[in-house]
Amino acid sequence: MAGIFRRPVLAIGLVITLSLVAVALLSLVWTPSLPSKMNIVQRLKPPLGPGGLLGTDQFGRDVMSMLMVGAWNSLSTSFLAVALGATVGSAIGVLVAMKRGWLELITMRGCDIIFAVPPILSAMMLGAFLGSGRFTAVIAIAVFMVPVFARLTLAAAKQIWARDYVMAAIGIGRSNGRITLVHILPNISNQIIVQVAIQLGLAILTEAGLSFLGLGMPPPAPTWGRMLADSQTFFAQAPWLAILPGLAIALAVLGLNMLGDGLRDVLDPRTRT
Amino acid sequence: MISILIRRIVSLVVTLLVVSLMIFSVMNLLPGDPAAIMLGTSATPETLAALRAQMGLDEPIVVRYVAWLTGMAQGDLGQSYTYGVPVAGLIAERLVVTLPLALMAVVISVGIAVPLGVAAARRHNGLFDHIAGAISYASIAVPAFWVGLLLIIAFSTNLGWMPAGGFPGWDAGLLAGLQALLMPAIALALPQAGVLTRVARSAVLEVMNEDFVRTARAKGLSERLAVWRHALPNALVPVVTMIGLQFTFLIAGAVLVENVFNLPGLGRLAYQALSQRDIIVMQDVVLFFSALVIIINFLVDLAYLVIDPRLRVAT
Repeated sequence: MAGIFRRPVLAIGLVITLSLVAVALLSLVWTPSLPSKMNIVQRLKPPLGPGGLLGTDQFGRDVMSMLMVGAWNSLSTSFLAVALGATVGSAIGVLVAMKRGWLELITMRGCDIIFAVPPILSAMMLGAFLGSGRFTAVIAIAVFMVPVFARLTLAAAKQIWARDYVMAAIGIGRSNGRITLVHILPNISNQIIVQVAIQLGLAILTEAGLSFLGLGMPPPAPTWGRMLADSQTFFAQAPWLAILPGLAIALAVLGLNMLGDGLRDVLDPRTRT
Repeated sequence: MISILIRRIVSLVVTLLVVSLMIFSVMNLLPGDPAAIMLGTSATPETLAALRAQMGLDEPIVVRYVAWLTGMAQGDLGQSYTYGVPVAGLIAERLVVTLPLALMAVVISVGIAVPLGVAAARRHNGLFDHIAGAISYASIAVPAFWVGLLLIIAFSTNLGWMPAGGFPGWDAGLLAGLQALLMPAIALALPQAGVLTRVARSAVLEVMNEDFVRTARAKGLSERLAVWRHALPNALVPVVTMIGLQFTFLIAGAVLVENVFNLPGLGRLAYQALSQRDIIVMQDVVLFFSALVIIINFLVDLAYLVIDPRLRVAT
């Protein structure tokens, strides 16, 4: 841990991600003003003016407060989706690595197939019968994450199963389940952690896209994606409404990508360059 | 070679069938009777029953699935509930927007990524390499639809140089059509270019140390020729792979970007079908997009065989 500042990518990624998490958590207890509080007199005020630090939107709502709550909505949705996808996907991966054979073939082909349906489209299909909302977004993103983690853990677990100490464990009569718990999972957990960080970035991008299309959390909950969608009517008067939420998305994704790459260098030495 | 090809084609067909089954099952779990939605609340039970029969909704689900497949094999994708026209025609008419858009985006992203990647690799660890690396790294984090919004603000709202959206149709002339697609294509291309630049750079770096590049230099070729004629063609395999892998994200980006720019493409069609609960259109468009992703990756696989003769040996 002492060497963290010799790894600028990891350090910057960590700082950006932790700051966003802090802002998201802070929004649960405090925002400069209520994000849903309308004030028509102060509508479309530019940043750094009487409308507050980051200006106001078409209803006079405080953009900074909306962005803060948006951070919570975006991060929590993405985190739930990745947690679900990583759990299910990794479970499938280690179980299939235990059995191998035709099960492995089917799993790999199944992964290809799920991967072929873009998450935006599967969300639209799901949205049609679940209705739009956080649940739809979480499921749609998680469905896309399952094959990612299943493939990763299957490949990684297969390598561990071939190691001598696993052979020894089989030799002394340990059950497959126990070997998976004691030997396989601890040895592949680093790779899973790295992938979680990287997929979180992707989940935030997808969540933003879904909210932009109106398939995310319903109003009045502020989301970065819907703030962008709403900004389209006010390009001429209020360009900051289109710029700020996008910056927030890009910053969050950049931070998580850097965190993932930085963690990979530390935790996954084989890819170290 | 032939046996590899046959095996790949069989697996392609099986994959497409499973995808179609998956999409059909999801879409037919929809609550709500499409016939009732189409007719509105004032419909009498008789007209509703007549329409259900006409649309085949009374048939068992297996029969409907088989009918959907056999229809598709004959180029009949069914009738749109809301538009009242064949879906095949709808898709064809939207495809002439989405396909050129995706192609332009790929061309622009490769046009940015390959020269940038090569230049960065030639100045390995130099200032240019670091700057290009930082820019491409950051651009991966940027959502394509936001780039689209920024382009509209800059070039349409403020400068007035470009149309802010809409599509005049190809009848209005090639130039007008391309102009309408230019900003959406750039928006789609920029995040892709970031990914591709990184791949191109590391691929070129890897082959630059190979013997054949050293030979090319040793026989007195200029550095430029050694890189572009000898190193780059060998570095293209990972770039082509990445274009295939990124295609899912390109399609997802296109759905959003079409909505930003009000382009009458397939992504917008899917979005409209969703809001109108036009299940036939919805499942056809999703299947079409998924098939496109699968077929592109199939072609990428085949492209390896062309680019790299070593892979033609059956294993």
